[in-house]
Amino acid sequence: MNKLKKFGKKNIGFIFIIPWLIGFLVFKLYPFMSSLYYSFTDYNLFAGMTEGFTLQNYKDVFTVPVELTALKTTFKYAFMTVPMKLVFALFIAYILNFKLKGVNLFRTIYYVPSILGGSVAIAVLWKALFNDNGLIRSGFALIGIDAPHFMSDPKWALLMISILRVWQFGSAMVVFLAALKGVSQDLYEAAAIDGASKTRQFFSITLPLITPVVFYNLVTQLVQAFQEFNGPYIITRGGPLGSTTLMSLLVYNNAFTGYDMGKASAQAWVLFVILMIFTMISFWSQKHWVYYADDEN
Amino acid sequence: MSNNIDNNQNNVDITPEVNTGASEKVAMAKPSGQSDTLKKANKNLKRRRAISTFMRYFVLIVVGCIMIYPLVWMVGACFKQNSEIFSSMNPIPIKATLDGFKNAMKSYGGNINIWKAMLNTYSYVIPMVILTVVSSVVTAYGFARFKFIGHNVLFALMMAMLFLPQVVLNVPQYMLFNEFGWIGSDFYLALIVPTAFATETYFIFMLIQFLRNVPKELEESAKIDGCNVFQILIKIIVPMIMPAVVSCALFKFMWSSNDFLGPLLYVNTPAKYPATIFVKLSMDSDAGFDWNRVLATSLISIMPNILVFFAAQNQFIDGISAGGVKG
Repeated sequence: MNKLKKFGKKNIGFIFIIPWLIGFLVFKLYPFMSSLYYSFTDYNLFAGMTEGFTLQNYKDVFTVPVELTALKTTFKYAFMTVPMKLVFALFIAYILNFKLKGVNLFRTIYYVPSILGGSVAIAVLWKALFNDNGLIRSGFALIGIDAPHFMSDPKWALLMISILRVWQFGSAMVVFLAALKGVSQDLYEAAAIDGASKTRQFFSITLPLITPVVFYNLVTQLVQAFQEFNGPYIITRGGPLGSTTLMSLLVYNNAFTGYDMGKASAQAWVLFVILMIFTMISFWSQKHWVYYADDEN
Repeated sequence: MSNNIDNNQNNVDITPEVNTGASEKVAMAKPSGQSDTLKKANKNLKRRRAISTFMRYFVLIVVGCIMIYPLVWMVGACFKQNSEIFSSMNPIPIKATLDGFKNAMKSYGGNINIWKAMLNTYSYVIPMVILTVVSSVVTAYGFARFKFIGHNVLFALMMAMLFLPQVVLNVPQYMLFNEFGWIGSDFYLALIVPTAFATETYFIFMLIQFLRNVPKELEESAKIDGCNVFQILIKIIVPMIMPAVVSCALFKFMWSSNDFLGPLLYVNTPAKYPATIFVKLSMDSDAGFDWNRVLATSLISIMPNILVFFAAQNQFIDGISAGGVKG
């Protein structure tokens, strides 16, 4: 009895993580594993299962044109959005880091789109801006330029969706700004005395010192970009001609309009594996290019 | 919190000029007995400094205008007549009208309008925020302050959840909630219940990081005074990590009131539609001819978020920065 009491006392902290443990098992682990299971079946929410184990869903992702296109489009979207977003975020953060009056006001202005951008209201606004007879095209028409049909031209629609996310560079910028503030000023002074130009200082001092944060932003933004759903669903509905059908939209369509849960699970898993590979590459490569201040000691 | 704000501003003020500061110091190293050339050099430096300051402001203002223009235009367009909306880039209406707002209040038929939709939104957002914060704080406390059997394994599993993307969970969660009978529930069970079980890993992580910097002495003396672990949590820990708790609550508020996919999957009676779904539907039925109505509806739907953001902008920015800096 005494032993049991002692055991209980020693592990009292366990009580606090019980809610999390239940949530983890019921809402994360079980769905995660069952999704893997369903991905190898042809399970349909209404028709049920007709055969057992199959690899067809996974084969389809890489062979059926619609699915392969969605996969390619997702890559294109992510590799378009993330670099643009990060470069913008770092550039503006770099300027904001100088001693200027009104920095806080600018920081707020740049941050507003990030906080509101995920809402449907902003998607509606985007449609109003880039519509075929929307504001941007009317604006170009006023100065005599026939701008592309952003919404109905398959060549431009993806870029338009991407710009919506680039516009929300504020949160990445705030993270960069916090990191830039942490870079010691002595280093810049020393470099200036040695005659290093500003550009040189940026690439030789600033960038190496903030690589952990560049890495953090890169991973979080990639994970977000690969799961983009709202833009294509609300603004373009995956069109025109499927040019904005990203993987997450395809998963949604298969699962919740066709109720092909098996197919949708396989597509989600392909996306998941890709994301894991990217995350692992970033973790592995950070050993080579990320500079952590503690390494020196 | 005000302490933090002051700190921020101080930081900005103390920070010496990065670019010109250093080179100027070199040039000004011998201030006495300035020769003409040195004076000239100083003048040159001052001019260069003024130019680069100007350039920085120029970039900030131009980019800032581009960033904020769509939002300003949106507000203006709500007051425009439909014929005027796309006819000029000017955000200020020539003939202002309240038609957009008047029509936005009207119902599209069915048992729903914008006010009811917003009420629906906050009827699940507020429970979600409260439950998320409480369950995250409790979990963070458990992981950060105690050792127990399996602590390290469970901690690693918890952290791994940071990298589990939602896209892989949507389909099986839908099937699970379907089994539970939570889909189309009048009480938004599918949205609310999971938040009671600390499913927002990012917040747990953020709170643990914060807790690590809170000294343990106070807890130890409370323990000697006879407080048990639960009293310590409520009386000592919660007040100390309040800034982080507020950040979590604010972010959860923004995210869940903006969330579109959740309600799209789990709410299926029109009378229960939240604002996000309502705005999407009003856009689908009106876009093309009644833009002022659609935009006014959209603007009304994000007004609470805009107000919350401006009331607490520093907490948002501190929250974001805290997550990104390696602790």
